[in-house]
Amino acid sequence: MQVLMAMSGGVDSSVAAALLLDAGHEVVGVTMKLWGGESDTGCCSVSDVDDARRVAQQLGIDHFVFNFTEEFNEHVVAPYVDAHAKGLTPNPCIECNRHLKFDRLMERAEQLGFDAVATGHHAQIVTAADGTLAIGRGGDAAKDQSYVLNMLTPEQLTKIMLPVGGSQKPELRALAEARGLRTASKPDSQDVCFITSNAGRVTFLGSRIPLRQGRIVDTDGVELGTVPAIELVNVGMRKGLDIGGGPRRFALDVDMENQVVTVGTLDQLMTEKTVLRDLQLHHGSAHGDVLVQVSAHGTPEAATLDGDTLRWASPHRKVAPGQSCVLYDAGNTYVIGAAIAR
Amino acid sequence: MTRSEAPRHVAYFDHAATTQVHPSVVDVMMRCYSDTFGNPSGGHTVARAARRAIDEARDAVASIVGCAPREVIFTSGGTEADNLAIFGTPGHAVTVATEHHAVLHAVEHVGGSIAGVLSTGEVDLDSLSAVCTTNTRMVSVMLANNEAGTINDLDAVRRTIKKCAPNASLHTDAVQAAAWLDLREAARSADMISMSAHKFGGPKGVGVLVARSGHDPQAQLVGGGQERELRSGTQNVAGIVGLAEALRITDRDRAVTNARVATLRDRLADGLTQIANVHETVERSKKLPGSCHLCIEDVEGESMLFLLERQGIYASAASSCASGAMEPSHVLAAMGVPIGRASGALRLTLGVTTSNADVDHALAVIPDVINRLRAR
Repeated sequence: MQVLMAMSGGVDSSVAAALLLDAGHEVVGVTMKLWGGESDTGCCSVSDVDDARRVAQQLGIDHFVFNFTEEFNEHVVAPYVDAHAKGLTPNPCIECNRHLKFDRLMERAEQLGFDAVATGHHAQIVTAADGTLAIGRGGDAAKDQSYVLNMLTPEQLTKIMLPVGGSQKPELRALAEARGLRTASKPDSQDVCFITSNAGRVTFLGSRIPLRQGRIVDTDGVELGTVPAIELVNVGMRKGLDIGGGPRRFALDVDMENQVVTVGTLDQLMTEKTVLRDLQLHHGSAHGDVLVQVSAHGTPEAATLDGDTLRWASPHRKVAPGQSCVLYDAGNTYVIGAAIAR
Repeated sequence: MTRSEAPRHVAYFDHAATTQVHPSVVDVMMRCYSDTFGNPSGGHTVARAARRAIDEARDAVASIVGCAPREVIFTSGGTEADNLAIFGTPGHAVTVATEHHAVLHAVEHVGGSIAGVLSTGEVDLDSLSAVCTTNTRMVSVMLANNEAGTINDLDAVRRTIKKCAPNASLHTDAVQAAAWLDLREAARSADMISMSAHKFGGPKGVGVLVARSGHDPQAQLVGGGQERELRSGTQNVAGIVGLAEALRITDRDRAVTNARVATLRDRLADGLTQIANVHETVERSKKLPGSCHLCIEDVEGESMLFLLERQGIYASAASSCASGAMEPSHVLAAMGVPIGRASGALRLTLGVTTSNADVDHALAVIPDVINRLRAR
């Protein structure tokens, strides 16, 4: 097949390209330039493009750079800022996958005559109980990225390849090493790629939206302190709340309008149910037992899906509004759907 | 589309990016590397031979540009020449929004002012007047634009700045123009002129800043005092010899080359503008003979270039950033080309090596690619 391989300049996509070649595919590498600003953490900097290009040269494949900065800004950065302004938890990696890698890039690939798009994600394409394709857990549980690929539909998956999804990370590094690829020992990317570790979220958001001080109160309304930027407080958060000693307290509610963060104990944070919006189901029905994961590397918890409501099998921490809740099958092998916590 | 179906015919339409080194330039450079390896600053026979090679090159460049040999400063290329002119002339600097970044970023770096252009890409003389003052020391206006191909009338620019910036030196980036225009005429009004060898059949890594008497820049590289202390560093002897040879051939063949290439360009542009909603960005009378710049509606530039390359057409759109990604064109934006048109920009630049077969191939491939992209 003719495959457009998305190469971030990391070790996973480097090896993925090599494996596709080994399997006899015709491979063209592409690096998406997503972020026009400064970055030192993620997948968008010039040095990463250099790494991707050099790996492509070493593998003997053509390499291109597509400039999707405008779309990235529109679909990832602006919603990220907007979510913080509204006190919601943003999902930038999910939105990037949804709108850039598996929308814009797939559309471009089809236009250019490719049969499939491949990425270096740690997730596998499996067959669901209904016989259609589903996104399955990665072979390396610690690196599993099925959570951030939750939006992929069975139809999209027919045109996607995840060549390293079943592999263990150390195995991939060894393969890269053996081929002399310069990305072999490159550290994994982490955090939000457009926010520099030096400057951080406060600087990034502060230059785009006003950051407002918030009052911290307990459930009886007693004032306990302040937070410098209520836009950076999420429900469930514990760190960064300046309330001195006492028992561990968590943000139970964030009232953006009145600039009040209500805190309470872990017991008070627990809930029986989570209400959802924007439910997208790829497999199964809207009523039944599921496993739910509420963060990229969180533990799946049992719940019953009842339309737009998740009823937890045992009390669960409140899910921050805006957070993606990804639903897995009862066997915890593949994604059946996803929704956003209200 | 893929490597297994390698294109049968390849046609290079990116002469504004760089040109193939002329065979006789390769010859003189190879001889220089083997026979004239001396350090031109030295005193013995081997050194004197290298010195002589540079002096002869300087004479040749001077006679072709229309200046005195002592006014020729050899540099590492066009960017260094532009930077030397601008950073080396302290005081208020003025340039134009469509300049190459080697000029534009340098002027921005020193806090200078930027004049606008007309829709043809020519400098807007009213806008230029408006940003110039009696304190202005540097006005930099390119002779021909690297994207759109537009030629500026430097005599008119000179008349304007005589009134509004009487104390300024006029610098021109002639990097694109040098392959096509007789600088004795076209750049006669300029006090400083930048050129780069690889745009006219010479090697990369060597260029010239002409600084006419009374307009010497302040040195930006200090050291051994080469190039009249204006540009220290042991000269790139073979590169300089190659530059002079390339310029000599270019000047000798200019009339014939220009007429031949203009005919090819006209056939190419005439053919491609037959396609619906394909527009020539600048009318031909205002630009270089090798320039065919088109704005193609309803087509994405990146996709178009990808498919063209797969079929052996090597072209470009706007300038590329360090990562190799295509950046939106600041030139087309300054000319007021609507974003929808600019995103489908296609720069086909012809040159000495362009053949009739290249144009045939382009006319066979490009309409299909446009239709294919529009069909999706």
